[in-house]
Amino acid sequence: MKMNGSQMVCEAITREGVKVVFGYPGGAIMNVYDEIYKQDGFKHILNRHEQASVHAADGYARATGEVGVAMVTSGPGFTNAVTGLATAYMDSIPLVVISGQVPLSLIGTDGFQEIDAVGISRPCTKHNYLVRDINDLPRILKEAFYLARSGRPGPVLVDIPKDVTAEFGEFDYPDSVDIPTYKPSCKGNDRQIKKAAEAIINAKKPLIYIGGGTVLSNASELVRELTQITQIPAVETLMARGVMGADNPLLLGMLGMHGNYASNMAMSETDLIISLGARFDDRVTGKLSEFARYAQIIHVDIDPANIGKLVDVDYPIVGDITIVVEKLIEQLQERVNPKNYESWRDVLKRYDTLHPQSFKDSDEVLKPQWVIERIGKLVGKEAIITSDVGQHQMWAAQHYPFDRARQWINSGGLGTMGFGFPAALGAKVGCPDKIVINITGDGSILMNMQELVTAAEYEIPVINVILNNHYLGMVRQWQTFFYDKRYSETDLSYQPNFKALAEACGGIGYDVTTKEEFDRVLLEAIERKKVCFINVAIDRLENVLPMVPSGGALYNMMLEHKD
Amino acid sequence: MENIRRVISVIVMNESSVLARITALFAGRGYNIDSLTVAPIPQSNFSHITIVTKGDKRIIEQITKQLNKLVPVFKVMEHEEMIEKEMVMVKFSVKERLSDIAALCGAYNGGIVNVGTDIVIAMATDEPKRIEHFLEATQIFNPIEVVRGGVVAIER
Ligand SMILES: Cc1ncc(C[n+]2csc(CCOP(=O)(O)OP(=O)(O)O)c2C)c(N)n1
Ligand SMILES: [Mg+2]
Repeated sequence: MKMNGSQMVCEAITREGVKVVFGYPGGAIMNVYDEIYKQDGFKHILNRHEQASVHAADGYARATGEVGVAMVTSGPGFTNAVTGLATAYMDSIPLVVISGQVPLSLIGTDGFQEIDAVGISRPCTKHNYLVRDINDLPRILKEAFYLARSGRPGPVLVDIPKDVTAEFGEFDYPDSVDIPTYKPSCKGNDRQIKKAAEAIINAKKPLIYIGGGTVLSNASELVRELTQITQIPAVETLMARGVMGADNPLLLGMLGMHGNYASNMAMSETDLIISLGARFDDRVTGKLSEFARYAQIIHVDIDPANIGKLVDVDYPIVGDITIVVEKLIEQLQERVNPKNYESWRDVLKRYDTLHPQSFKDSDEVLKPQWVIERIGKLVGKEAIITSDVGQHQMWAAQHYPFDRARQWINSGGLGTMGFGFPAALGAKVGCPDKIVINITGDGSILMNMQELVTAAEYEIPVINVILNNHYLGMVRQWQTFFYDKRYSETDLSYQPNFKALAEACGGIGYDVTTKEEFDRVLLEAIERKKVCFINVAIDRLENVLPMVPSGGALYNMMLEHKD
Repeated sequence: MENIRRVISVIVMNESSVLARITALFAGRGYNIDSLTVAPIPQSNFSHITIVTKGDKRIIEQITKQLNKLVPVFKVMEHEEMIEKEMVMVKFSVKERLSDIAALCGAYNGGIVNVGTDIVIAMATDEPKRIEHFLEATQIFNPIEVVRGGVVAIER
């Protein structure tokens, strides 16, 4: 079939089963937008900033497990999208981002709105393409979707010069992809898996360390089964919250810088780490030389480069978590004796009773942890929770009763303030039957607040709970602890009227200062089905605890802060 | 961990930006490049890149794994047992002792390749270590300019 480049783009998106594209038009991408106008294969949502378009596509991908698609113009449209690409890259989220480029003849001339998009995005995409020939376009589009979702997922950029989007060519959309240089290995080496199973059987204090790869591989049920038959306790990273389910007695909690006592002690004392799709990030390990000193390590990851990158591994297994865990279960089923780990479980239980994840509630002022637990009580399993970056993010990760994978959406690797609201839009578009709540801060929410307009226009009823401490709280906390309370540029006492701001953009707004108000307002906001800001005044100086100071050993936790 | 020198051979698809991807990877992750050579592999869509680098064991392992992750990279070979050669060209004044220069080059698989009115150009081809020795030995002839070709290597 003959068609032009713009029609090819639309046709490929439709054939890939994508139902919604987030984007923003401009000169170099106008031909494609002209075709978008004429087609009805997918819906387009006009965000009010390209960064938000990419985050929205990202939120859509995280919530649904499908590839998210965003579209931007050349130059500033593309550079605005870079933070979105980097955010998705660090968390291995499958995206295809299409950017317009100046015509081929102008490339290299510093043309109007020309910027080297493939050059800039090289370190923050899984792969990228500059399309120089219309005849390559169908294959490149197919490859882009395939690369985004296969192996270790990630964002792929397709940069298309304006003349290529107008040119006609044969549209032969390939059914399958064969890239001779790209063959991710998924199966896991059977001999290694056998050896790993042997090590598990012989261990006395094994610990399952669950990372975001488990979510990406949709392996949550299998990992639960693995813990069930072995009765081996588990810890989750920030990216894996929900995999085990908050009620699961084998879940110790989240580990790392703001992990709970039992999880970090378990990691420090275990004799065998079974790492499933985690990457030993510095926020997780603390001081490396003190990390898990007594442990042998089984490391399962689809990306060989993650294995042995930071810690020496005894049982490296390259493969998809789903496939490898299935095989591990097969190996262990009849042979493992859960009783062997009983005294280990008891030790950990005692640690948890000694220092449970807790906070001191108050009658005078709202505590952020109370608000989060309350959201959990009121909407619990029904909701998808997104978050921005800061204290509120850590409190949400610590205190929300996550029940399933993909219920918790946050920027873990890059830590992008401004991610939460647009990501929530994407999640809501992808899962319209779920309540979607962005737990955010008074700093972060302003970084993509223009999305109020998008949400109002398209009637995407996302609820933003602003845990308002009038501070860039997380930075303020470090200043309190490590900089003698010199609060350099973190005081946000000067504030917008959040309620009025939401209303000005066509949403609804509330100011909340008491527990009773919060309950009433949250339920009302859910009922009214409109984009909403709930501005909750919280204790200004509340800290996120426990805390492992940056660079310290995981077992040296600051459990409370005394002034 | 101590630093080791490694020669890494990378077979890549011929695409416009593949070299940029590789050098950007080294720059972005803070790996070092001592030398880098590229040439197409005859009758194929592939090129052969030879990189000489330094790093501890973990870094060398990361380099090969990260290179392997690049989509257009077909194969990465990192061996201790490689046959390595490097070429060098050196400019001297014609006033130097040309027969001595020619003899020196001869000992390093080379010779004088061009003689002009003011200058002569000599070359040598040998193992990288021996090229170092050659260049030291040329010092007494006051070399005006030195151009090294970078290491090429092939598996034994
Ligand atoms: C785009 C961006 N800029 C800066 C930072 C550094 N940073 C991390 S947390 C934080 C404070 C966030 O403040 P707020 O959103 O109010 O959350 P709080 O910590 O108060 O809950 C800052 C500035 C970041 N993570 N992202
Ligand atoms: Mg704040």
